[in-house]
Amino acid sequence: MKPKVAFFDFTSCEGCQLNKLNLENDLLDILKHVDIVEFREAMDDRADLYDVAFIEGSISTPACVERIHDIRRRAKILVAIGSCAVNGGVNAMKNLHPIDEVRETVYGDDKYLFATLPAMAISSVVKVDYVVRGCPMTQQDFLRLLISLVLGKQPPKYRTPVCVECKLRESECLYNRGMVCLGPITRGGCDAICPSFGQFCTGCRGLMDNPNLEGMSEIMTNHGISLEEAQKRMLLYNSNEVKL
Amino acid sequence: MSRDLNIKVHHLTRVEGHGNIVVNMKNGVLEKAHLSIVEPPRFFEAMLKGRSFHEAAIITSRICGICSLGHQMTSLVTTEDALGLEISEQTRLLRKLLVHGATFQSNVLHAYFLAAPDFLNVGSVFPLIATHKDVVLRALRMKRLANDIGDIVSGRAVHPITPVPGGFTSIPEKGELLEIKRRLLEEALPDGLETVETMKALAGAIPQFERETEYISLKHGDEYALYEGDIFSSDTGLVSVRNYLDVTNEFVVKHSTSKHTRYNRSSYFVGALARWNNNQAQLSEEAHAAAEAMGLKPDCHNPFMNTIAQVVEIVHCILDSVRIIDKLIANGLKNEKPNQTPTRYGRGVGSNEVPRGILFHDYTYDNKGNIVAANCIIPTGQNLANIDDDMMKLVPEIVDKSKAEITSNLEMLVRAYDPCISCSVHMLNVEFIE
Repeated sequence: MKPKVAFFDFTSCEGCQLNKLNLENDLLDILKHVDIVEFREAMDDRADLYDVAFIEGSISTPACVERIHDIRRRAKILVAIGSCAVNGGVNAMKNLHPIDEVRETVYGDDKYLFATLPAMAISSVVKVDYVVRGCPMTQQDFLRLLISLVLGKQPPKYRTPVCVECKLRESECLYNRGMVCLGPITRGGCDAICPSFGQFCTGCRGLMDNPNLEGMSEIMTNHGISLEEAQKRMLLYNSNEVKL
Repeated sequence: MSRDLNIKVHHLTRVEGHGNIVVNMKNGVLEKAHLSIVEPPRFFEAMLKGRSFHEAAIITSRICGICSLGHQMTSLVTTEDALGLEISEQTRLLRKLLVHGATFQSNVLHAYFLAAPDFLNVGSVFPLIATHKDVVLRALRMKRLANDIGDIVSGRAVHPITPVPGGFTSIPEKGELLEIKRRLLEEALPDGLETVETMKALAGAIPQFERETEYISLKHGDEYALYEGDIFSSDTGLVSVRNYLDVTNEFVVKHSTSKHTRYNRSSYFVGALARWNNNQAQLSEEAHAAAEAMGLKPDCHNPFMNTIAQVVEIVHCILDSVRIIDKLIANGLKNEKPNQTPTRYGRGVGSNEVPRGILFHDYTYDNKGNIVAANCIIPTGQNLANIDDDMMKLVPEIVDKSKAEITSNLEMLVRAYDPCISCSVHMLNVEFIE
């Protein structure tokens, strides 16, 4: 029997789900191997049990907490996709400001009309079995995980930083262009896509488990960039992990 | 008819984001008919505080995956306005090409994947793979090409990489643009015209419903406005983008985490139908022929026809993209560096037409180039009051139908607006309360 696969979105832009619909060349082949039983962005159907539940987005309201528990109960395997789900992503930047100020900025006097919590990773609330990192997750990375799960194999792990993948592509180092690039300390697996297009790494795949912070600060010093600037850049995607 | 009717659609499907439809009728008196937005608020305006001008567009494109290019464009235009950064003709043309690609992609996604299943009475595009394989393959082919425009020109269609304040970090090769042009003419144009035929065949399933409202879009002297222009209201004419707050007048309603807007009436319409009503004279002959074939006439007041206006824009975007590529190549592609030296600091306002309608960003920068205040007003948010007003008129007109039919009509109505709820909250469940 084909595995039953479902997609759910929480606090996010739904860009990772969209990236699946953008697998135009592979979509029909994928459907030969899995049954998509729930995918609100694209279909009406709903199901009770899932072999694999893919979760996009952060937990940021009390309703999110209840809903993720409900999905976890019904899912054999739960996968967090995209940086919002994996570590809070850009949503977590709101956690840097006092919550009352955040509410007031958007809703003014009606600030208590809608309940909000700090933006959290899915794994802060329920057990997550696998992750697909990135903002957005890449289609290749998603496919690699999906294929591994369908075949019952362990998905690949990425142990080198973006900087190494960038060197392999022989792209020009962006520090030479005066940019603050987080490639040296960010987990790879994206094939250094942003630096290959001349844009700095934003750290969207999360920091390495053991980032070479000494090496990083040496690069900063050599290029006359303040540590403060680099730390601030790290908060873009890693507000829940970086302690300044 | 003194009917009691309670409809509650929880988490409406085939729309971007989370919304519920709630209808409550007692003894034939309609007490409530609205779209309740339950998407968790994300507080982007708060997140932007303190961030550098290099990061603003990276952050705001994450408001929405579907509209990431649109948010990025508006963010860049806003930052450039605030910091006094001039852009080159080449940058303007490449951006227009990206906007066409994104509009084309989004309109194909909506017409085929989200709206068409309604016309064919199925729950999603997936069953159509068995029954209408050629149509599904055509839709996938068109989407792929539109996304390839994004991948080639901006590095990545979802959350583009290369567009930055003042220009691009990397310029596409001439050969890549010529290949896109070839595919636009040889694949996309025939596919686009086939799409018109398909929609013409389905047009009979579009409900007959009329409600005249105020239509708001950008307007430009020389072209069908998408990338730039002034604000235009079908009621009162032009307003400068700088004065967008006079038009939007946002207010909080209890049934929606997305704020509502109003200008000259209780609500206004933004999106493809508003652009069609305000600017259709500037479309090409081919686009007009497509509109005529599908029964879309100037001054159309049927919101369900928004999907048809989107298909007209598909034809427009394909042909105009070819024209832009020709111009880029005739000018000679230059490997320009982005202009990122601010000439002033302060407030900037920017606006573009994104697939779902007119979008505004407004940032104030301090003299280090960091954001001190930000405001984003999103198309779907601007349409919410109009959707509620439509439902208040539509429900009494169809009250003799079965509850299932009424529910399905209301779902179709909301989907016709192609709502993007992640954006608007920065939608759909139907709720009949009985």
